[in-house]
Amino acid sequence: MKGTRDFPMCGFSNTVVQILKNLNVPFEVVNILENEMVRQGLKEFSSWPTFPQLYIGGEFFGGCDITLEAFQSGELQEVVERAMCS
Amino acid sequence: MVTKEQVEASLTSKLKPIHLEVNDISGGCGSSFEVEVVSEQFEGKRLLERHRMVNAALEEEMKEIHALSIKKAQTPQQWKPSQDSATQAKDA
Repeated sequence: MKGTRDFPMCGFSNTVVQILKNLNVPFEVVNILENEMVRQGLKEFSSWPTFPQLYIGGEFFGGCDITLEAFQSGELQEVVERAMCS
Repeated sequence: MVTKEQVEASLTSKLKPIHLEVNDISGGCGSSFEVEVVSEQFEGKRLLERHRMVNAALEEEMKEIHALSIKKAQTPQQWKPSQDSATQAKDA
């Protein structure tokens, strides 16, 4: 993501952080603004051109739009719960 | 600079959408867009795959676009019911 969990540096990153905080699940963030190599590398690794990028249980879940839609539909809660149990 | 027309042209030629809406939300600098795409090609694909298709269709443009928000990536079947509910919501 851009920025940190307490100081997101972009609206899209902020949205995802707020959703994760709302779900009350443990999560780690990587501030890609601090490391250009990680920033470029992650785009390639995920085949995803933008940030934030959400990984759940080691698997790429999506960007801000997908996370928001899944949160609103309840799918995100299910995926997170499954990941926490495994 | 990437224009709304360029984004529309790329999405139209690659995804053959039956409904397409592109909004330039950058305030004219051409770096932020909001898109809605309804296409047969999304049939049987998960949302993540659909977004990947949109990103891939805009591969060239993405080099200059700062933010792309995919508001909708639906199949024609999915699109119709939500259109109805949107009208109802407005009426209510």
